[in-house]
Amino acid sequence: MKALCWYGKEDVRVENVPDPKILNPHDAIIRITRTAICGSDLHLYDGYIPTLEAGDILGHEFMGEVVELGPEVKNLKVGDRVVVPFTIACGKCFFCEQQLWSLCDNTNPNAWIAESLMGYSPSGLYGYSHMTGGYAGGQAQYARVPFANIGPIKVPDGIPDDKVLFLSDIFPTGWMAAENCNIHQGDVVAIWGCGPVGQFAIRSAKLLGAERVIAIDMVPERLRLAEEGGAEVINRHEVDNVLTVLRDMTANRGADSCIDAVGLEASGHSLPYVYDDLKQKMRVSFDRPQVLREVIMAVRKGGTVSVPGVYGGFVDKIPMGAYMNKGVTMRTGQTHMMRYMKPLLERIEQGQIDPSVVISHVLPLEEAPRGYKMFRDKQDHCTKVVLDPWATAKAA
Amino acid sequence: MNNYSHERSSQRNGSHAIPRWGALLGGSVLAVYGISRRSASGAALAAAGGLLALGSSRLASHHPSDIHAEASFTVNVPPEEAFRFWMNLENLPNFMSHLQSVRKIDDRRSEWAARGPMQLRIKWTAEIVDRRENEWIVWRSDSMSFPNSGSVQFRRAPGNRGTEVTAALQYQPPAGAVGKAFAQLFGKDPSQAIYEDLRHFKQLIETGEIATTVGQPHGRRSKIIRLGHTLFPDVRPRPVESVGRKTLEEAHAS
Repeated sequence: MKALCWYGKEDVRVENVPDPKILNPHDAIIRITRTAICGSDLHLYDGYIPTLEAGDILGHEFMGEVVELGPEVKNLKVGDRVVVPFTIACGKCFFCEQQLWSLCDNTNPNAWIAESLMGYSPSGLYGYSHMTGGYAGGQAQYARVPFANIGPIKVPDGIPDDKVLFLSDIFPTGWMAAENCNIHQGDVVAIWGCGPVGQFAIRSAKLLGAERVIAIDMVPERLRLAEEGGAEVINRHEVDNVLTVLRDMTANRGADSCIDAVGLEASGHSLPYVYDDLKQKMRVSFDRPQVLREVIMAVRKGGTVSVPGVYGGFVDKIPMGAYMNKGVTMRTGQTHMMRYMKPLLERIEQGQIDPSVVISHVLPLEEAPRGYKMFRDKQDHCTKVVLDPWATAKAA
Repeated sequence: MNNYSHERSSQRNGSHAIPRWGALLGGSVLAVYGISRRSASGAALAAAGGLLALGSSRLASHHPSDIHAEASFTVNVPPEEAFRFWMNLENLPNFMSHLQSVRKIDDRRSEWAARGPMQLRIKWTAEIVDRRENEWIVWRSDSMSFPNSGSVQFRRAPGNRGTEVTAALQYQPPAGAVGKAFAQLFGKDPSQAIYEDLRHFKQLIETGEIATTVGQPHGRRSKIIRLGHTLFPDVRPRPVESVGRKTLEEAHAS
């Protein structure tokens, strides 16, 4: 089959690799009909996530048709159309029983690596470094889905792939980011980052009853999309100080909740940015935590900081004094996918939200390397790249 | 703390152990040969030889002793289920990576086979010397070639959170000091190994399978990564024929 393999920083290639096989009794093999490049894949592309090996297949947003089942998968049939969640969960451990699916105890074969870096290991993930399992990813024509009795959700035939594909990650991730804000009547939610997760966080915060959503970014088409989703926007290229603007917009109260939908590759021009960038380039640090610092400063007293943005390792210069003295609550984690997929599918079916609005490009899988570059550099108004594993590339 | 911990064997059988100077010499020769190869595999040999020599020199400064390894893991099943699973000793190779097979001889005795250093096959007969229903099992082997003993304890975790399983193994490294040096060289710190075995036990009893990626597709691997996979092969137990809950239930029933 064809699959997108990682070979190093800014070096991804589509290659012919063997087809996946059933390896364990709860496995399924999926023929992928649609897959996507996630903003978090760009952290891999840029070489900021440790423990990738050259030759790893990337991709954790995918859907398709079941073509083969292990003997212990009873809830699916060959031919079922499914969306696969990016977190892998066993359904039997203490954490799965608490609905903390992304913290599953049993699905990371390399838990010891994560334990040495984080103390305890989160669940296995597709195509996201060996620290989180080293599972082959879904930017391919086929994928092996472990614990297929727990993860994949069946979707009805009448609804197109592009409307349900993002149930695999970014829609539930944006939703959980907003849910973590514990939104009350009259709340102002400020969201840093208007990439795909930010867009879903904006729409989710609205659906969850936020009075106002304020979105912060510097890319005009992303800010426009945020406005279409119901947000007021701040273009950080047009203001001196985001914190002052937010303070003025809330009559000195501050935002009740702040969402960091940016993560470890924040951009900017300030002195702290130059400091973080230098450390990251020297590989002293994997993270540029500028947004994390800003959300802690911007949130109101007793407010909530919600972090769906991905961080990889250790960060410094976090305003711990502000965090402690203002009594801030921080909520984070990889998304507990299995909590959200079914209710959010229902919202899509009811027409409350159309996730396909974030798609700017649909490319054949063979053009995925171009898609990565375009998405990373925000060229050609790129907000989200969806890949078709079976389309043939147009002659260049 | 536990009422069944074993006396450390005070008797030290040095007759079949390769002398430490042998490891030191062998390791040094390996290192020099490796360096002379001037290649990736040569570098690996050199490193291995150096570590072996270093290990033996470290050992030389200590009083020799048995290897004792112990680890605990919480599993999300009641003590009764964990005890029953473990009492069927023939289940053990399904989650203990160094074991090849366990065959029951009678109610107390069983025949064990394992892979030792350098894929050496070791066999011994073990006897269950103590057990309390749903609480502990203690076994011992007085085999001349591989004297060893082990125990496993099951305690109900507070707040109905499953069972705390503590396993302990004590043995004389089969090839003496060289065996020990090799065991450590290849990343098999004994306590780490037993910890990973318990993790596999947890995965198997909770879900019916051990998570793996061995055998999945990937693109071309670099020489260094291939060397890494050769030096540190994934030895986690592979699923037996017709794995899964059913097998587990059968295992419980037997």
